[in-house]
Amino acid sequence: MQPSTPDANPAVTMTLEAFADTILPGEKRWPDDRSVAGVSGGGGAVASGAVDVLRTPEGGMAPALDSLAEALNGHARHHAEKHRLTLDPDVPPFVALAYPNRVALVQELTAVDHPEREAWVSVAMFSTIAFDAAAHLHTVDALAAGHPGLATLGYYPPGQDGLWRFPEYSYGRVLAQPHPDTTPSGSPA
Amino acid sequence: MTVTEKTDVLVIGSGFGGAIAAYHLAAGGARVVVLERGPWLQGEEFDQDFKFGSSSTRVFDFVIGDGMSVLSGNCVGGGSVVYFAAMPRAPRFVFDRQGSIGRRMWPTTISRDTLDPWYDRVAEALPVSQQDWNDVPFSGGLFGAACAHAGRTANPVPVAIDRDRCTNCNWMMSGCRFDAKRSLLLNYLPAALAHGAQIRPMHEVQYLARTEDGGYRVHYRVLDDVDYRVEAGAGAIDARIVVLAAGAGATPVILQRSEPHLGPMPSAVGRYFSGNGERLNTAVFDEDRVRDVLGLSRSDGVPYEGYQIGKGPCVASWDRLDGSLPEYQRFSLEQLYFPPGFGTILAQVPDATGPTWFGAEKKELLRRWRSWLTIFTMSEDDNEGVFGPTPESGNSQRLSQQMLGRGSLRYRPTANTLRGWAESDAAVRDILERDGLARVMPWTNEVVGAYTVHPLASCRIGDDPATSALDDRHELRDHPGIFVTDGSAVPGALTVNPAMTIAALAERAVPGIVRAAQQRGVQVRYGAPSPDGATAGRRAVLPLVTGRTGN
Repeated sequence: MQPSTPDANPAVTMTLEAFADTILPGEKRWPDDRSVAGVSGGGGAVASGAVDVLRTPEGGMAPALDSLAEALNGHARHHAEKHRLTLDPDVPPFVALAYPNRVALVQELTAVDHPEREAWVSVAMFSTIAFDAAAHLHTVDALAAGHPGLATLGYYPPGQDGLWRFPEYSYGRVLAQPHPDTTPSGSPA
Repeated sequence: MTVTEKTDVLVIGSGFGGAIAAYHLAAGGARVVVLERGPWLQGEEFDQDFKFGSSSTRVFDFVIGDGMSVLSGNCVGGGSVVYFAAMPRAPRFVFDRQGSIGRRMWPTTISRDTLDPWYDRVAEALPVSQQDWNDVPFSGGLFGAACAHAGRTANPVPVAIDRDRCTNCNWMMSGCRFDAKRSLLLNYLPAALAHGAQIRPMHEVQYLARTEDGGYRVHYRVLDDVDYRVEAGAGAIDARIVVLAAGAGATPVILQRSEPHLGPMPSAVGRYFSGNGERLNTAVFDEDRVRDVLGLSRSDGVPYEGYQIGKGPCVASWDRLDGSLPEYQRFSLEQLYFPPGFGTILAQVPDATGPTWFGAEKKELLRRWRSWLTIFTMSEDDNEGVFGPTPESGNSQRLSQQMLGRGSLRYRPTANTLRGWAESDAAVRDILERDGLARVMPWTNEVVGAYTVHPLASCRIGDDPATSALDDRHELRDHPGIFVTDGSAVPGALTVNPAMTIAALAERAVPGIVRAAQQRGVQVRYGAPSPDGATAGRRAVLPLVTGRTGN
């Protein structure tokens, strides 16, 4: 799949990509891909279009993304200080964190008692929707283009007319006995 | 001088509570206007598409609260358009539940026996039919076989689905483009239109005020049909009777916002919300064990891999719907499909060494998605939900153009509710982990709180004014002429899918609403047949209402 939409501020894009990759990780898109940690085979949330989904006007997240990226990098700096980690200055602080540190920080930010949890849960939710639903694309087009998330799920494709029908759907035999108190209308008594 | 539009009956919402009332009142001769917050889609306008802006986001609302998130319909036809059409009746013991109030929650006039004739009316109208095992998709068959293997029973559930039209595409939550799901778009609503009712989509009611003649002025906003955050107009309609059926997540909010205009609301408005005790578990099956232990195989030799195929919940296990068990220990288990786009994020990784709902192990779980099976618990919760301060408009602060919003519902499960969930989790594990069939984990409540697709009880009927907002005729206490007929009127969790009960209660409430309308000078009679003209249901209920409708 395509890399995320080019952006006037690559640091914001990289930061959001690194967050999305923490939620559902994938393989590096190119050898020196810094946003994607490369801890999982096949495409993850980033290759599935997470940043595009976050930037859709429909989603409602777009106006908040710059400040969210800034806040995330602030949390990453704090995390690094707390754990005495040295951050590579060439990339945004969250991107500079190793995958286990990214995970630990996202766990903190989405914990039930974190004051900003709503925002970070939202970013996680949109990252997940990019992967499992390709919400920025028509599903038929996403499948035809080999969308990594839908491919990972093994989502069955539609028929030739672009619609889903499953003519074979049932084992076609009695597999359990009904509850003895079932009424003639088929309901519990 | 502006003249405010007038009607006899103003119906807020077009789901089961609104559509049923609108049909009977229009057929009886009243002028009826239905205001619906969502869009009006039908047939091929229902997309098989997860893209933002397709029907999947246009007709659906997901409101995140504090400890409880509510999923509901947001379109003409309401929940009937997006639901899975499982239509069991509530078991007998449900009507004797006391919950936490120390007395029967339901009005003394309502029991399974007294409600059955109204259930029959709904069954005739939609219609509701029974499935057999040939109708049951692989996922339901797998659950049934696992139940049998564990020494339990399992039933194909009654559904409002035209089995000949169904393609088992599992796109029900986006609306059915094949008209197989017998939503209200195919029965009550067209019949209401044929009798002159008007349905106005994208009209979101904000509050009610009184008119000088004892009626009500209903104030609404018109919403942009793409970006629901944008107001495209506003207006008001005067009515002699208001039927409020905006859904249990919205009806109490409209009434709370109306309080400065109408005077104090009964204390139960916006309290006693129930999520129907709902809970989800996701199982990931070992395909070899499905074949070896249960003897299941598709024609191509694949044992299962059928999560995506089917039509929502088709098989339920009712062994724990046992009235002799104590309250909070009774529940049903139902096989379910939950599509991508919110359908995977809350599933947790069994035996995770890191985070359970995201991360590298979660992705590995997703690789086995075809072998997933979701089991839906409907148990007895404790009516813990309370609505907080009302948002500026609607029932949430909308975050996205469509679907996603932040509401004021606060829910903290009590020990009773938690016990029911724990016992149902254990039952699911006992059935599905037996002999290595699958690994099971409940959905996490740590991300968006608990969740429900069946919001109930936030403006409920009852005999006790302190704990019920409505009398047993569904009239709002101290505010004559306002009736509530949606899921918010149901007193508490039902342990089964509630649509059939919501619809039956709405049918039962209609004669009383007709009577109230007559007393306010509206020329209306009760006694319409089923929307398609069938008369068996009417024959059975007319003797029950003689003298109550003034016919």
